[in-house]
This record gives sequence, structure tokens and C-alpha cells, in this order.
Amino acid sequence: MAIHLRTLNEVLHSSNKKKTWGTKEYFINMGPQHPSTHGVLRFVLRLEGEVVKEIIPVLGYIHRGIEKIGESVSYRNFVHLTDRCDYLSSIINNWGVSKVVENAMQIETNERIETIRTIFAEIQRLQSHTLWWGVFAMDLGAFTPFLYGFRDREFLTSIVEDTCGSRLTMNYIQPGGVMYDIKPDFSTKIKNYIRYLRPRIDEYEQLVSNNIIIQKRTENVGILSKDDACSYGTTGPVLRASGVPLDLRKDHPYGMYGKVDFSVAVGSVGDCWDRYWVRIEEMRQSLNIIEQLIDNIPPGKHMVMKHTAKIKLPIGYHYDQVETARGILGVFVASDGKDSPYRIHLRSPNFNNLWSITKMAAGLKISDLVAIFSTLDIVMPDVDR
Amino acid sequence: MNKMTASIEKIYNKYQKFIVENVISKKELRINSENLIDFMYFMRNDSDLKYDILCDHTVVDWVNNNSFDLVYNLYSTEYKNYIIISTTIPRNKPIINTVSGIWRIAEWQEREAYDFFGVLYTDHKDLRRLFLEDDWIGFPLRKDYKDNFMLEM
Amino acid sequence: MTTYHIENFANIINNSYQTNIFTIFAYVLLIFIGILAYITLVALTLIYVERKVCAAIQCRIGPNRTGWWGLLQPVADAIKLVLKEKNSPLYCDKLLHFIAPMFCLGACLSSLLIIPFSHNIQVINLNVGILYWSAVSSLGILGILIAGWSSYNKWSLLGAIRSASQMLSYELSIILSIMVIVIYAGTLDVQKIVLSQLDGWWIFKGHIVTVISFLIFFVASVAELNRTPFDLPEGESELGAGFHTEYSGIQFGFFFLAEYINVFITSAIIVTLFLGGWLPFHLYGMLSFNNAMNGIHPIIWFFLKVSLIIFIIVWIRWTLPRLRIDQLIYLEWKFLLPLGLVNIVLSAISVLYSFHF
Repeated sequence: MAIHLRTLNEVLHSSNKKKTWGTKEYFINMGPQHPSTHGVLRFVLRLEGEVVKEIIPVLGYIHRGIEKIGESVSYRNFVHLTDRCDYLSSIINNWGVSKVVENAMQIETNERIETIRTIFAEIQRLQSHTLWWGVFAMDLGAFTPFLYGFRDREFLTSIVEDTCGSRLTMNYIQPGGVMYDIKPDFSTKIKNYIRYLRPRIDEYEQLVSNNIIIQKRTENVGILSKDDACSYGTTGPVLRASGVPLDLRKDHPYGMYGKVDFSVAVGSVGDCWDRYWVRIEEMRQSLNIIEQLIDNIPPGKHMVMKHTAKIKLPIGYHYDQVETARGILGVFVASDGKDSPYRIHLRSPNFNNLWSITKMAAGLKISDLVAIFSTLDIVMPDVDR
Repeated sequence: MNKMTASIEKIYNKYQKFIVENVISKKELRINSENLIDFMYFMRNDSDLKYDILCDHTVVDWVNNNSFDLVYNLYSTEYKNYIIISTTIPRNKPIINTVSGIWRIAEWQEREAYDFFGVLYTDHKDLRRLFLEDDWIGFPLRKDYKDNFMLEM
Repeated sequence: MTTYHIENFANIINNSYQTNIFTIFAYVLLIFIGILAYITLVALTLIYVERKVCAAIQCRIGPNRTGWWGLLQPVADAIKLVLKEKNSPLYCDKLLHFIAPMFCLGACLSSLLIIPFSHNIQVINLNVGILYWSAVSSLGILGILIAGWSSYNKWSLLGAIRSASQMLSYELSIILSIMVIVIYAGTLDVQKIVLSQLDGWWIFKGHIVTVISFLIFFVASVAELNRTPFDLPEGESELGAGFHTEYSGIQFGFFFLAEYINVFITSAIIVTLFLGGWLPFHLYGMLSFNNAMNGIHPIIWFFLKVSLIIFIIVWIRWTLPRLRIDQLIYLEWKFLLPLGLVNIVLSAISVLYSFHF
């Protein structure tokens, strides 16, 4: 029975083992500003030569206290804050909070709203994955796919900007519907984009996936077994690559996911290559989903609740989950019947995925650490909230 | 919605001795804090239940009742359902067992709970602050937290 | 800087003035300034070419604001580098930190001396030309090591050590493939190697042996240049900027300059050894075509061939990802080195018994 509180300095000093022979171990800081840590994350690495013995992540460089702020704002305003968590797929974050509110207050939305929400969620997933692909290749040293990924993302960004007016933090899905209705030329633009992107994904596979250097750097690197993946709380493509076919869109369908036909990519080994391949397949499946929905958007209202209606959740605990591009985002609300939540907590997918790197990268080299971290696809503001 | 939550009756029938408050109409179970470890062990390893992912662990600060509510969200990949388990500990002596021996991710989630609420976990391997600096005084997400930089809304 | 003009100048010195220290000093200064002007020109051109080719591969335009078609962009880069503040780490080894870029620059300046631009345009024609080049180019390793050590920065040190091990290993492959051509041509003198290709460039005349040797030399020299796919020492996404993290201003400019001049020198050596140097492109038996080809001045042939090799090197940089350090070393010691040794044996057999593979 022991409670032992420590500081970071004590952790670092306690790892110093005295060795009489052999190379000395040293600590190096992969600091908050580093080209490959995708945001402000600090790793303290304990290295022996080029081999990483231990990784100590230090978080909190972009902690903004979103959960504390949530206790004093209304539910509609809180949706703005969720945009800033995982900013690469922000519309899906909005859907998480809206879903909890709608389920707790038992609001029924119509089919048009659900179709629009599903299409936009898949658009965000595509945007997130194309950007991830570019950054992944750049981390491994190939600079060109970064620009290709951004170019593909740019088409979607301008379509989204036409609809909701903003390029990054959209605040589009609100409890009760969506903020603005889609424009008349939405379908044509999306159909053009699907025709544009489908052959491109095959071309990109030829450029990056068939490259022997990428294959040698990602195969059997950073293996996460099935049991480890579950025990370390990973979700999303990381968990699916390790062999667990958990996808909320298939297992607990929400929106229009129950009515469209798509398959879930599941890997086998759980190494970097599987995580890479799962995301490429997800891009293709997203295109399938959008294609099935884009022609049949039913007519109707785009917002079912009045803007001035008060949102008050029943007293008690409420919890619901959505599948973002990176994993399961859960929203937990403890309500005492007032305007703003008593306690709101975001179960962030990136926070839970990040811990597994300490298991995967121990014993590998720095270059492998960079490759593994890149395939985990972490967005730091979501970790720190 | 019902498909997603577990059959609480099944758990209730099997582990009735642990359950303090049985709220079948809602989707959560409330248990006694002393039996936490044993109950969680059964939740993970029982072949009918098999909750192998600890999705989330948070703390709710009920100032008026002078207690912390610890909330665990469990998900089962085999039976595809989730359940909310909650337990209560007194606010002035917030000590509870750690579940990081059962699910490894609990190490980080409990560090977050310690960082923001001051909940102490026994037998935790590495209990230190996660987001805030090591020399921060106070636990920000508590309802009675005050410091010089706060703005009253 | 022609040997002809040097002889003439020496005659004038001998006939009219007394050979004193001042004329020699003025003469050396003239050559020095000439070389500096030349490398500045080459570096500016290469920077521009790299950025435009990179932009074309990435489906964008590249610099087009400074001057027509962005031609003044390298000049702007150079002015920016000169005007930047020079700051060095607080506890660094000041002397070593200062002289490290000079090693790299000195190595590449010295290598420029033996490149044959044309039959009578060359600074000095040593009779051990190729051996001199491979010896002097190894000085660059020293510069990188000193830069990494003196920066008082663990990341720089990591980059420098990776670079040292990489460059040392790939020196071996370079020498082995040079040896193949030396065995075929029978001489170390660079001009004589070019002249030995009068009846066919070595890459065509030596059949498969020289083709393999060309590929080995190409791969090994890209590794020597620390360019992708072998740019682990300055791996941007891993180490920040590797061994030249703590350098700014003109010292960083020296490293930058040295890298581009080395690209030029390596391409020039490849062209000299394998692609016929300054010799024009002849087809067997087509006399009028060959006469037309002869009409173009040899220096234009030289620069055309060098441009082709430079383009391939730049193309590879923007296409391929980078190798991990143990894969890099594995490639050299377990693949390129045995292949190079077998190649030398085959080349010796083919020269002795006039047997062509």
C-alpha cells in the first residue's frame, strides 16, 4: 500500500544505472519544438548510442483548460471549444457533443440532417487522412507527398468553406441540426472531387507504398499486439491495425452509417505498415460512403431546434461516442439540470493512443521512433485539451 | 441505444454483492469503493463480460455532498457494448486503489485525475502531474479552486 | 585559367620582369579570385536549378518574384546569409566552431583544381589526378565531425557521428569503382582517361563491368554528398538540422556552398570517368553526323553532360525517402563492397585477356 508522488527530475535521476563497461546512456530532449512531433510534445529519451531505451512523454504545453471552461458556458458554446481539440477533423468533434445532447434530451433529427452530417464527417476524415499521408511521407524523408496531400486537401477545404464559412474550426454540427444549409452546387463539386481523387489514391500507392525504402522502414517496426492494443486503450486505425475490428460506424451505427455499404479495414500484425495501409483503405471507403449518399440528400429543414431554445440535460450522467479520424471520441456529461454542464469530459482518442508509444518504441532506433510516432497520427491539442 | 449498453441484469445477478446502487433504468452501476479492484478484475476476465478496453476514467466533484465520484467507462470488443461504473470516495480523504494492473492505460488516466482533482491512487507506478508543472500548487478542476489568474465569468 | 595562357604568362615573367615574390603573389591572387567567382556562379546556378526542379516535381511554380523567372533568388539568398547575425552557443569550442566550415570548403575548392573542362582548360593537370581527388574529398568528413562536436549540442553530435560513419564507408565503394576505370584506361591522369575514350565512352566500351561500376559510383557519391536518400546526418524531420544546427549566417552559407560545389564536382568526375568528359557524342560510322558534333566546342559538351547528371541527382532527392542508419551501413558493407570487389576482378580479367562481358 504505497502512494509515492514524484517529480520529473526524480524520474530522470532514478533511471541512471551505473555501468562499468559499455557505452554510457544519455538523455536527450526531443523538445516541444521539433519537426517531427506534430505539435508541442516533449519526449525525454534515454538513449544508448542510437537505440532508445525509454521514452518519457511530457505533456501540457498546449493545455487550455477546456473542461474547466466548459463548466461555465452553455452546451451550444461548448461545441465551439471542441473544434479546437482535434482541429484536423473538427466537424466530427462537434457531432460528439451534439449526439450526447440530442440523446439526453431525446430530440429527433430528420434524415436530411443526418445525411449532411455523415457526408461532412466523411469529408473531414478524407481531409485528415490526406494530410496525414503527406506528413507521414515527409517524416520518412520524401518531401514531395506533403505537397500532394495538401493540394488534395485544399479542394475539400474550399468546398467546406463555401458551406460553413471557415477553413479549419468549423463549428458546423450543433445540437438539433447543422448551422447552415448546403449550397445548391454542393453535389456537383463533391462528385467532381470523387472522380479526381479515386485514381490519385492508386497513383499515390504506387509512389509511396510500392517504394522499397518505405516498406523496409515500416515493416515489423513498432509492433503492437492485440492484447496490448486493448490494454493500452488505443482505438481507431491503431486498434484496427492490430487486428481488432472495432469501428463505431459499423458496430453502433449512427447518422446514416447503418444505411450505406462499406467495409472496415483490419490489419493483422500491428506494425507501422498495417497502420499505414488501414488509413489508405479508409480513404477509399470514405469515398464509397460519400458516393452512395451524395445523390440522395432528402429535402427538409437543416435545423430542428430553435436557436433560442434552452438546452438543459436531465440530472445524471450521460455518455456517448463517435468515431473520429483518429479513434473514438467520447463525451461524458454530468448534469445537474442547469444551463451549463456540471462536469464535461472529453475522452480524447489521441490522449489514449499516445501512451502506447512507450511500449512500441522501446528498444528501437530514433528513426524508428519517428516512423512509429508518425503512424500513430497524434494531434497534440487533442491530447492536452 | 439499448444495443450499446450492457445487460445490466446479467452483471447484477452475478456480482450482486459488489453493487451498492442498482439503477437498471439508467445505464450505470454504482459500486462500493472497497471492492473496486475485485469487481474490475471480474469485469475484465469473466468470459460473459470481457470488458477489455477502459475507455475513460474521470472524476466528478460533488462539493455539496463532500465527495468525489469516480467514473469508469468500460467497453467490450467481443460483445460490443459499454457500461459506466461509478464509485464514491470522500472528498477530504481521496484515496483509492489503482486499476492499472488490469488495464495499462489507467496509468495515464489516473495521472490526469490526480493532476486535476488530487485523487490519490495506491500502488500506482508513477503518480505525478501530467499536464501542469511539477511545482503547481492546487488542483484546478475542483469546484473550490482559486488562484490569482482566474477570471470570474 | 588556361594552361596555354599560364605558359605565356610565365614566359613574359621570365623575359621581362624579375621573378619576384610580388608577381607570384599577384598571380596566385588572380587565380584565387577566379576560382571564387567560378564557384559562386556554379553555386548560384545550382541553387536555382534545384528549386525550380523541386517545384516542378511538386506541381508548383517555384521562385518567380525576384527578377525574371526568379533568377535573382539565389542572389537574394546569398545576401540574406551574409547579413544574418552570427551567433554560436555559449559553451561551444570557439576555435573549432569557427574553422569547421573551412574544412568543408577547402576540400571542395581543392577538388576543383583537376577537373578537365576541355582539352586545354584545366587549372593543373597532375599525373595522379584521380588519386588526388579521392584523397582531398575526404577532408569534408573532418569538417562535419568538427562542426558536430564543437556545437555543444547532442543532436548535432548525433548527426555528425552518423555522417562520419556513412561517409567513411562509402569512400571505399567510390575508390573501388574508380579503380575499375583506372584499370581499363591504364593511367591515373585525368586528361589521359578522357583521351582514352576517343573510340567510345567507357560506359559503352566496357560493357557490363563499367555499367555496374557506374551505378556503384553513383549511389556511393550520393551518399558522400549527404543527400536524400542518404541525408540522415541532416535529416530534417529527425534532427532539426543535424550537424549544422548551430550555424547561422555566412558559416551556414559555407556548408551550403560546399554541398552544392560537391554536387558539381561529383558530377564532373562521373562525366570524366564514365561519360567521355569533354568528348563529343559520336555514333559509329556516321561521318557527317560526327563532324557536326565535333563543331560544338568541347566545353559545351562537358557542361551538357554535367547538367544531365546533376538533374538526375536532384530528381532523386525529391522523390525518394531516406534510409535508416543501419540500413545505410548494411547497404554498403554487405552489398556494394562485395559487388565492387567482384567488379575489379572482372575488369582485371577483361583487360588481361581482352575479354568483353
